[in-house]
Amino acid sequence: MLAALIIVFREVFEAGLIIGIVLAVTQSVPHRQRWIAGGVLAGVVGACLVAAFAGVLSQLFEGMGQELFNAAILSVAVIMLTWHNVWMARHGKEMAGELRAVGQAVADGSRSLWALAVVVGVAVLREGSEVALFLYGVAASDGGSATSLFTGGLLGLALGGAVCLFTYVGLLRIPPRALFATTTMLITLLAAGMAAQAVAYLARANWFTALDVVVWDSGWLLSEDSLLGRTLHTLIGYTDQPTEMQLVIYAIVVLVTIALMRLVGSQPPRPAVAAG
Amino acid sequence: MTCTRRNLFLAAAGAVAMLSFSPAQAQQATEVQLTYSGSQFQPGEVRAPADKPVVIRIRNLDGKAMEFESKSLRVEKVVAARSEGVVNVRALKPGRYEFFDDFNEKARGALVVQ
Repeated sequence: MLAALIIVFREVFEAGLIIGIVLAVTQSVPHRQRWIAGGVLAGVVGACLVAAFAGVLSQLFEGMGQELFNAAILSVAVIMLTWHNVWMARHGKEMAGELRAVGQAVADGSRSLWALAVVVGVAVLREGSEVALFLYGVAASDGGSATSLFTGGLLGLALGGAVCLFTYVGLLRIPPRALFATTTMLITLLAAGMAAQAVAYLARANWFTALDVVVWDSGWLLSEDSLLGRTLHTLIGYTDQPTEMQLVIYAIVVLVTIALMRLVGSQPPRPAVAAG
Repeated sequence: MTCTRRNLFLAAAGAVAMLSFSPAQAQQATEVQLTYSGSQFQPGEVRAPADKPVVIRIRNLDGKAMEFESKSLRVEKVVAARSEGVVNVRALKPGRYEFFDDFNEKARGALVVQ
């Protein structure tokens, strides 16, 4: 039971952190629960589909289907996170300055929510498909241990929910004024870390092996498999053996996000539509 | 100045693109076969030469999925029930690289690189 708990918890941990951050980011946006719940639900359905067709997926692209699929959905998440940051740089000020009609702000808010719902969906999809495969394997194997393993799995899932809650509550303790800057930075590093992970998947698939020399090994200091290592891996993309290309891509995502936010944020706001 | 920089950047990007999609690497790779059945790896130890990329082919004969994982090889791969998984590993230094089934950590094995 403990083994099952650990396996499931390890998988849902990352998704829990990401959902917690998204909840904090969208704290003041109306109807956010609907969007986030939708993202989770879509992620769960997607995870079950991926698990059901895991064999087929694996065989695609000369056996590299899984790696390329992971790289692709990570890239989608990176784009969505970056887009959210840039969007907030442009519209956050306007919304705060009440330059726009409330109705428009709500509509825009949900447009940004759409991107974050995709991010939540991707997080659940990635981690969830392994949980689904593991639990299916447990359920399929006969013997009295199945119930105990299943209970362990459910407890692991509940712990993942707790991680989500702690992240959310923790972030909300930050004063509102500092919260925006904090979450912007968190989301930028989250995106950069995901991009570096996507690079690792492409390297494993032999699709993108340039600069694949490991730059350092800090496993002795902080193993990627420890709880802190895993937390930092999710939050800022910590890897104990990063390759040159991973570092390059990481830096590019951070710099591009900063440049886009500056560029978009410095433009004068569009005049609000005079509609009564 | 800006123009030169841009040209430099383009040249670098081109070089990177050429490097990354060279098929030569795949040809020199050593292939290693593993079978997973009854929640065990067969054989429990496989060998490969050093300084050459390795392709590990895992056939999962069991009725449930397994996850081939190795910390030292930096590899994680889910292999669905009754199917085959392929794992690419970069050229390795001589040594013993352990792997296991992440869904059942009692199943262990090692790749010995010489």
